[in-house]
Amino acid sequence: MSLPKEVPFTYEALSQIELKNGVIELQVGPAHAGSGHMRIVVWVEGDTVVKVDPDIGYVHRGVEKLSEDRIYIKAIPIVERPALVDTVNANLAYVIALEKLLGLEAPPRAQYIRVITAEISRIISHLYGIAIFGIFMGSSTVFMWALADREPFIDIMEELTGARITYSHIIPGGVRWDLPKDFADRLEIALQYLERRMKDYESIWIKNPVVEARTKGVGTLSATRAVELGVVGPNLRASGVGYDVRKDSPYAAYPDFDFEVPTLSEGDSYARLLIRVEEIKQSISIIRQALKKIPQGRVIYEDYYKRMSPLMKKIYDETGRVKFTSLVTSLSPPKGEAISRVEGGRGEVFYYLVSDGGKTPYRFRAVTPSFRNLPYFTHVMPGHKLADVPVIYGSIDYFPPEADR
Amino acid sequence: MISLQVDAVVQELSGLVGDKAKVVYDQKAGFLRVETECKNAADVAKKMKETGFDHCISVTAVDFPVEGRMSVVWHVSSYTNSKLMGMLAALTVNVERARPEVPSLVPVWESAVFHERETHEMFGVGFAGHPDLRQLLLPDEFKGKWPLRKDFKLSKKREDLFNKGGAEP
Repeated sequence: MSLPKEVPFTYEALSQIELKNGVIELQVGPAHAGSGHMRIVVWVEGDTVVKVDPDIGYVHRGVEKLSEDRIYIKAIPIVERPALVDTVNANLAYVIALEKLLGLEAPPRAQYIRVITAEISRIISHLYGIAIFGIFMGSSTVFMWALADREPFIDIMEELTGARITYSHIIPGGVRWDLPKDFADRLEIALQYLERRMKDYESIWIKNPVVEARTKGVGTLSATRAVELGVVGPNLRASGVGYDVRKDSPYAAYPDFDFEVPTLSEGDSYARLLIRVEEIKQSISIIRQALKKIPQGRVIYEDYYKRMSPLMKKIYDETGRVKFTSLVTSLSPPKGEAISRVEGGRGEVFYYLVSDGGKTPYRFRAVTPSFRNLPYFTHVMPGHKLADVPVIYGSIDYFPPEADR
Repeated sequence: MISLQVDAVVQELSGLVGDKAKVVYDQKAGFLRVETECKNAADVAKKMKETGFDHCISVTAVDFPVEGRMSVVWHVSSYTNSKLMGMLAALTVNVERARPEVPSLVPVWESAVFHERETHEMFGVGFAGHPDLRQLLLPDEFKGKWPLRKDFKLSKKREDLFNKGGAEP
């Protein structure tokens, strides 16, 4: 049989050839100052980068294979794990695909709760991105600040869902818990705290002349190239392409809100930082609108509620907690295909779900934003100084576990 | 209004590709399905790019061992054409499972480069003309073949997974 041949791994051969010309091969990682493991093989001439080869897969979990081996709802915790700081958007994307297969839609109140938690998740993700960017550039202050400032939001999510990071809050047909009574007030306090803190970030970090000098004009990607390379999220918008799934292919309750898609044309590391800061402000505005406009009603699909046992109904009516009915735990969607696109913190999350009518997904394809931002390594880093490699890495908010899935 | 736009895109694309591909809008799944044969894939992809589908979101395969075939799917969308931004097209090529060879579409969509590399190592699909088909995610010591194919069974023992797992071609 003539199956395609495996192409041999030829690092040795490659490095020997290039060493002759005075080019040195450097191995950055797999354990390095960033978050998660990956190796970046960098070839330098003097201290100028000539070629970069990202060697990923150190935190590959096999999300796709694992999901195909389990019943539908058991894939929810699995898809959340890779995107550790942006779990809500990963969860939401999977559930949207599943709901399309099942042909059901969550009630409006659940859609609003989804938007609120997704935006909280985006804030957490951006703060994490700013923190990692900070430590990559040697500022442990910003690293500590930004990581700590996630805390009020994590606490609020803990109050809502019972978990700090992996919430598994969104389920087919709705969400698992209704908002607690004082949720809006507590969230407002956290939002005001963050707004105050954003001013501090501005003075110590964002408008810092050292930061500007290190990031402006570094890692520039033009709009045309950004489109060709298919990069996503804040990075794409920093290059002047104003594409946002929330606006261009709306889902959940996003059409109800008035928000802007911040876009800059510079396309450098500084622009990418600014976009994240602006997006935090937009998220704050979306959350406030959602808290104000949130409709009353149930948070679970009507038919699922009807099929609950009297005890389950009682628990839901009294505490707002949705108990899983046997219907939800043994879903078998009709034969078909579905896709979902969600704007996660780092960019577009894309899932493709194929059902053959059975109890497990027949094929589940997960594409995460960091994986699509890989061309920054191969196409943007070469030509820069070696010292700019961590700056570019930090500015694209690359997260290895998310890319490896 | 949206359906009118969809119809216009379907018509435009159908006109461009002629009888080389079948263009249908899948109402239920919510995307544009473009089915073609292996030999026409590159041509159809070029026409799709002319229509405005400028970047590749995902490349993957779906394995059908019972039918003895495999579908290779390129999901593409647009960043620049406002009519297509909310739309997604799936270019599908069906190949024989025993000889999964398709042309690489990296010359058309540069953004497909890492996706095709992943699909190669996970399914054993050969992408003719791809610049770099080294292993991407799997570790070097992984000896099993094509982990995402349906006949690769998961095992609880790590050694089994690494040494014996999967279908030997």
